[in-house]
Amino acid sequence: MNTLSFSQLQQEFPFLKNGWTYLDNAATTQKPLCVLDAEREYYTTYCANVHRGIYTLSEQATEHFEQVREQVRKFIGARSSSEIIFTSGTTQSLNLAARLIAQRLNVGDKIILTEAEHHANLIPWQLIAKERGVQLQFLQFHEDGQIHPEDLSTLMTKKTKVLACTHISNASGYMLPIQKLIDSARECGLFTIIDAAQSVPHIPIDVTKLGADMIAFSAHKLCGPTGVGVLYGRKELLEQVEPVCGGGGMISEVQLTSSTWTDLPHRLEPGTPNIAGVIGFGMALQYVQTIGMNTIQHTIEKLTQYALKQLSSHPTIKLLGPKNHSLQHGIISFTVNGAHPHDIASLLSEDHIAVRAGHHCAQPTMKYWGVPATVRASFSFYNTTKDIDRMIESIQKAQNILV
Amino acid sequence: MNLYHEEILEHYRHPHHAGTLPDADVIQEEHNPLCGDKLTFYVKFSHNIISDVKFSGEGCAISQATASMLTDEIIGMSIEEIKKLTTKDITNLLGVELGPTRLKCALLSLQGITRAIHHKK
Repeated sequence: MNTLSFSQLQQEFPFLKNGWTYLDNAATTQKPLCVLDAEREYYTTYCANVHRGIYTLSEQATEHFEQVREQVRKFIGARSSSEIIFTSGTTQSLNLAARLIAQRLNVGDKIILTEAEHHANLIPWQLIAKERGVQLQFLQFHEDGQIHPEDLSTLMTKKTKVLACTHISNASGYMLPIQKLIDSARECGLFTIIDAAQSVPHIPIDVTKLGADMIAFSAHKLCGPTGVGVLYGRKELLEQVEPVCGGGGMISEVQLTSSTWTDLPHRLEPGTPNIAGVIGFGMALQYVQTIGMNTIQHTIEKLTQYALKQLSSHPTIKLLGPKNHSLQHGIISFTVNGAHPHDIASLLSEDHIAVRAGHHCAQPTMKYWGVPATVRASFSFYNTTKDIDRMIESIQKAQNILV
Repeated sequence: MNLYHEEILEHYRHPHHAGTLPDADVIQEEHNPLCGDKLTFYVKFSHNIISDVKFSGEGCAISQATASMLTDEIIGMSIEEIKKLTTKDITNLLGVELGPTRLKCALLSLQGITRAIHHKK
């Protein structure tokens, strides 16, 4: 396992020299220079559209772009690069997944989600439910703050067709028992869709081993550029569904009233993709793999447990999430007695500490916790325990001002 | 000036006109989806004039202090005068410049009062 040197990281991430303590990594991570350089190189030396030109520049751009698809395939352990669809981010990936699966649903069918979902894995299904006359059902939090896979069997009927759930809650860092959920759902013949936005950046993922039908994540939470995401889809399933967006690059033959489609994955990627972004993402993947996903996982787990331990010794701070803290990865959520999360975040900002305050696009989770909002701190491998100490010191200062 | 200056904190800790009005002419609920804050305004009119106002609900220091300061300000004001209130008037009341996110917290009260006037029969 590698040991990370902060001064080395500062060389690679110019942001880390700006004096800020950045603890909003669940929203987006900072980018190393090599990612920016890769984008710049594309824009300054071989900028051309992909899959179009015959000239060598376009071929070069296409080659770089498609190499990243292969990198992603290896990174998540997919069997074929045609299972890797580039999107604009996790939200688009999950919307695309919902639209593709919706083709296989009939009026009266049921979809199971959890109370832990980010709105990006809830609203798309609400839209599908309205359009297709299907029903949404929810695995609810238990008293231990967890989702129990056994509840699947009590919800399950012949009409149940889909399980869509998050791997790690973006509000609390709670890691759901995802393998059990997927296995139980598959035994009952359900389609399984996983929002892995918060897990792919933190832990090694093998999609083939997980066995879900579709898995969504973003590049920008993994040191890559914004505007790039991935939808992994099991090939056998993707081959059976119709595209839901049309345009250039996804067709085989076009006539005025009907057309035929090209092969996967291009069939599901109409229009010019975010070429520079994908190329930058390729460099980000190379960068995090050089550090090593095991090192990243270990570093983030240590930081999370340190933060939880330090905060739990403060009687005026209330931690939210599963009661068993060891289930939390990379993200912690809390409230401070007598102070609104917005005020805590504002006062921390005055000390150049970036944390998130609000409902974190997870209002059902807030409702379960019985709060309108929380303060959220989320970690990346470039954070240190000093960052957490600084945050706690600043929270105490804020409390003295507010309470 | 510091966002959390003493006057704002004083209004936040001890808000003026906190509570409800059982005989309110208009009850107006406002919601800030960004932070989940909810404020309810109870407004009583005497002809064209706001004769009394109270507010309830929880929120951050900025939204609470603004509600407290604005309710101080508008009692006795006419509907026409209130319609002319702007964002600048609110930041003047608070005595601070606000970034776009926190400005939404501050404007929740103005929105509540403006809508309450709109709903007056």
